[in-house]
Amino acid sequence: MKDLVKSLALIPILALPPSSASADPLPSGTTFQSTAIRAQQADEGANPGMLWVEAGAKLWGRTEGSAGKSCAACHGPAEQSMKGVAFRYPAVEPTTGHLLNLETRINLCRTKNQKAAPLAYESGELLGLAAFAARQSLGLPIGVRIDGAAAPFYEQGKAFFYRRRGQLNLSCAQCHVDNAGRKLRADTISHGLGNGYPTYRLEWQTVGSLHRRFRACLFGVRAVQYDFGAPDYLDLELYLASRAEGIAIETPAIRP
Amino acid sequence: MRLAATALALSLAFAFVNAKARDASGLSPFVIVNDAVPAALGGLKGDPARGRQIALDRRRGNCLICHAIPETGEPFPGEIGPSLAGVAARFSEGQIRLRLVDQSRLNPKTVMPSYYRIASFTDVAPEYRGKPVLDTQEIEDLVAYLGTLGK
Ligand code: HEC
Ligand code: HEC
Ligand code: HEC
Repeated sequence: MKDLVKSLALIPILALPPSSASADPLPSGTTFQSTAIRAQQADEGANPGMLWVEAGAKLWGRTEGSAGKSCAACHGPAEQSMKGVAFRYPAVEPTTGHLLNLETRINLCRTKNQKAAPLAYESGELLGLAAFAARQSLGLPIGVRIDGAAAPFYEQGKAFFYRRRGQLNLSCAQCHVDNAGRKLRADTISHGLGNGYPTYRLEWQTVGSLHRRFRACLFGVRAVQYDFGAPDYLDLELYLASRAEGIAIETPAIRP
Repeated sequence: MRLAATALALSLAFAFVNAKARDASGLSPFVIVNDAVPAALGGLKGDPARGRQIALDRRRGNCLICHAIPETGEPFPGEIGPSLAGVAARFSEGQIRLRLVDQSRLNPKTVMPSYYRIASFTDVAPEYRGKPVLDTQEIEDLVAYLGTLGK
């Protein structure tokens, strides 16, 4: 009788399609950090990245450009309008067909809607606005579209991720898939996800974008580094976001 | 010319003579026999003390990023590759040389960089283009150093 119950209990498990076994999200990069870093990241008062979020909040309300509008003038309180935005990015902008991440989307609003000059990619202002906007999705799970108009960008990002490059001839996947969880010198290699960006990195002594992290990894393998906001990086960012499906946004994270 | 070299490589199977490499790249030619490069590159003699420095130097060998070498006392070595403790007891000098020159010939999917190769890399940063990671003398110094890790 007991055996029968046991074997019956097995049936629904066996009947599940194989794909659902891999539906668990990957662990966030934060899970590989020391307890001290994780505690500091979780504490708004101690997380140095919150200074950028606060600067972004101020900019949100500041009138800029010849249209004489602040972000808030069109979007209202960010707590409502920006909630649930970051986790959909990168996304295809329907009128131009361009793939935009949060930074380039914000700059489009600068130029098109505020009639202001675009902010420099790695400037404190753009990092602040991006961190502030992403913070409104804190804890919400990432879920980007990779079908339809996004499909070609996704495919290119995936190809980039798996291609060996540089004098050391390594692909992103050889470290962040094949060796995730292992030590590379003192660092534990994570799955290489972007759910905590913009991130405060102790080595940088500042908040930096995901593209800055890409450049650091490419520098490490002695490969060509592209400009911030380059199409290759946007494609890659989309592919990473697809790998991060279901992981909560943690911006601004802290990394060593 | 390429075709001839390829045909030669195929016909010799494991004994591939990389004969015309020097003029194109500045790399010394070397002969692979089974899974080893038995002869010292360029006939150079390696120095184990210099080899040790190269292994530790983050801008040159940087071997500790992936390998433990207990003799160095490094507290946080990487764990991507096997420990190099006792490596000379497991491999001959020539076997060690090929693993440094181009591990990808033994394992095409390896994560270990090919330290003495310049061909068929993609997207190399401009300052490293056309250069091997380590030069001929540095490879021989490392071979000499790893040769001391016998016990
Ligand atoms: C003149 C009005 C206006 C201003 C000013 C403006 N935006 Fe926008 N923004 C829009 C509109 C309209 C959209 C919807 C997409 C579109 O049509 O461009 C949008 C879209 C966005 C999105 C994407 C939202 C989504 O759901 O995908 C973000 C993020 C954004 N804006 C941020 C900002 C920031 C940050 C500022 C200030 C630097 C700003 N916007 C200033 C009108 C504005
Ligand atoms: C030689 C191994 C190696 C390669 C190759 C490599 N990385 Fe990394 N990467 C690291 C290490 C080590 C870190 C720091 C520890 C961590 O967070 O994973 C890191 C960090 C990252 C992070 C930050 C993760 C976080 O949670 O903060 C991202 C994103 C990333 N890498 C993406 C990439 C991409 C994209 C590529 C390919 C262009 C790449 N990496 C290639 C080793 C590598
Ligand atoms: C990016 C990681 C990485 C780096 C850097 C690296 N190796 Fe390796 N190495 C490996 C891996 C992984 C193996 C196992 C063989 C394989 O997977 O192809 C290996 C194998 C070896 C072997 C064969 C040992 C055995 O027991 O199989 C030797 C010898 C060796 N490495 C020496 C070195 C030296 C010397 C350096 C520095 C000049 C170095 N490696 C740098 C990853 C690395």
